[in-house]
Amino acid sequence: MSSEQPDEMSLPARFYAEMYLIRRFEETLLEMFSAGKLVGTTHTCIGQEANAVGVIAALEPERDIVFSNHRCHGHYLAFTDDPRGLLCEVMGREGGTCGGKGGSQHLCRGNFYSNGVQGSIVPVATGMALAEREKGSNAVTTVFLGDGTLGQGTVYECMNLASAWSLPLLIVVENNFYAQSTPSSLTLAGSIPSRAEAFDIDTQHLDTTDVQPIHEAARAAITSVRETGRPFCLVLDTYRFSPHSKGDDNRDEAEIEARRTRDPLLITSAQLPEAERLEIERSCEARLEGEVAHAEASAVAGAAA
Amino acid sequence: MMADRCVHELNRALHELFEKRDDVVLIGEDILDPYGGAFKVSQGLSTRWPDRVMTTPISEASLVGLTAGMAIRGLRPILEIMFGDFIALGYDQIVNGISKFREMYDDQVTVPLVIRLPMGGGRGYGPTHSQSLEKALIGVPNVTVVAISEFHDVAALLTAAVEDIEPVFFVENKLMYGRAVQRPEGGYIGELRCQASASRYPAIALSGSEFTEDSVTIATYGGMTSLAVETATSLILEHEIFCEVISLSQLQPLDLDPIIESVRRTGALVTLEEGTLTGGFGAELTAAVQAVAWDDLRRPIRRIGAADGIIPAAPALEAAMLPAATDLVDAVLSLTGSRV
Repeated sequence: MSSEQPDEMSLPARFYAEMYLIRRFEETLLEMFSAGKLVGTTHTCIGQEANAVGVIAALEPERDIVFSNHRCHGHYLAFTDDPRGLLCEVMGREGGTCGGKGGSQHLCRGNFYSNGVQGSIVPVATGMALAEREKGSNAVTTVFLGDGTLGQGTVYECMNLASAWSLPLLIVVENNFYAQSTPSSLTLAGSIPSRAEAFDIDTQHLDTTDVQPIHEAARAAITSVRETGRPFCLVLDTYRFSPHSKGDDNRDEAEIEARRTRDPLLITSAQLPEAERLEIERSCEARLEGEVAHAEASAVAGAAA
Repeated sequence: MMADRCVHELNRALHELFEKRDDVVLIGEDILDPYGGAFKVSQGLSTRWPDRVMTTPISEASLVGLTAGMAIRGLRPILEIMFGDFIALGYDQIVNGISKFREMYDDQVTVPLVIRLPMGGGRGYGPTHSQSLEKALIGVPNVTVVAISEFHDVAALLTAAVEDIEPVFFVENKLMYGRAVQRPEGGYIGELRCQASASRYPAIALSGSEFTEDSVTIATYGGMTSLAVETATSLILEHEIFCEVISLSQLQPLDLDPIIESVRRTGALVTLEEGTLTGGFGAELTAAVQAVAWDDLRRPIRRIGAADGIIPAAPALEAAMLPAATDLVDAVLSLTGSRV
């Protein structure tokens, strides 16, 4: 859903524009926190943008459902192209996606939902997939989770249910190798793909931050879910450059720097002519600047009450 | 004609709901025919509507969330929890999902689900299959908690719950299932005058004196209603003391008005619940009643509930734990000034 971009844009250009918007949106949030303009919390996906953009570009937002988690801004922007609603929501201004009641982690618009408790999300998404099957809508429900959420037993209860009942559910595991500050090497046993495979769920595992192969894998996965009605699990190895939330990062700087060569924005921008890349960035910066100005000029949510 | 049993009334209501509405689905453990659920409330449904009745793995933590997802997307799911005790596994979904979705998503969604919860002891099932955990639900904002007794129109209450736009936790006492439905005849149930409030989930008021000279209000709900009614009757015969019994069906939002009206008539209140006493229905009710009707109360409010501990399996030990008629008689006598 990229209403702001002209239709004739190439796929890499469109992907770059969407990823760039997510990146700059979240960097703006972190800057606003530092400047004392935001309160509460936020969880950015800086470095992981290719997953949101690549997967969601294969969905039909009018029909399909996305259920996301605490790290939901990228998914939300890719699905709705609504930076205005999200910014107002996070800033607690009128016009926010949920009237300021949800904040960063609890979003709802159209067929998009997110919630902030790890174990809560997959069951609700599974119920949505069941409802859509009962209604015969042929919708695909996509649930995004991180490797940290694999510590929740409900994930496996739902893998079992989705497979036993043949539910149209796409489970996307964004494996960034850390649960908040804890490396998964300390807490995660066995292999992630084999967890889904154990429930007879078709699974694909990608170790890439290139949006194009992620998109192709997602398209194949979503086609499979839609045509067979069976669940599918996509495991996407990725890396988060930003802290889990704000200032709670004790990772080795060298480790983070080493991963920056795989920045999804670098990979895709290298495929674009310089002039096109600059135009996308300029256009996005202008749009974002306008949205910040709009949000700052908007009334504080609840002030009238 | 012999009065029907509550379990049959509930089953009839479910069949009628399935006939009336295509969006009603039932999920739960062991609910398929011929078994039809641990307490037989779901019998016959899977035979008539095989596509709308889904037997599940033993996964309550997920099933509660699953039900929420179905409701948000336009179905009217009913989840049968085999023993109400097991709702503890789904508590995250209640606290962090079901009770929040509508408000935190700024009224963009509704969550019209019903979760049926067989609660209560008296059958020797022991500590994890005998509890009455309503207090863990009435403390959660934005959910409706309904409890039924044989003195209520149980079929109408279940129908109202399924047709409610809000999430409803529907508490069914296990001993009640086998009891005969008690419907008023000519305004009376047995010796007691009976009135029902006009709300969606009515409260039943019973009086031994036509609501004119009762000296104590006994406020209760669910499985304790029969104990309250039996005790109120025996207090008339043995002590010539008249009581009003108010049995709520809507515990949350707390249906306070029928209790306040009664307390204004009687001037004294005993609360009676089967769950453990601390932080329960009686505590909430006591705070609410004294705030509104302090000037009407002659004596401090008395609370009766299970002792704060486990419910043992052995019958004598279980009976010692749960509220008994003697507890209620003692409380009423203390409020009327008579010596025990």
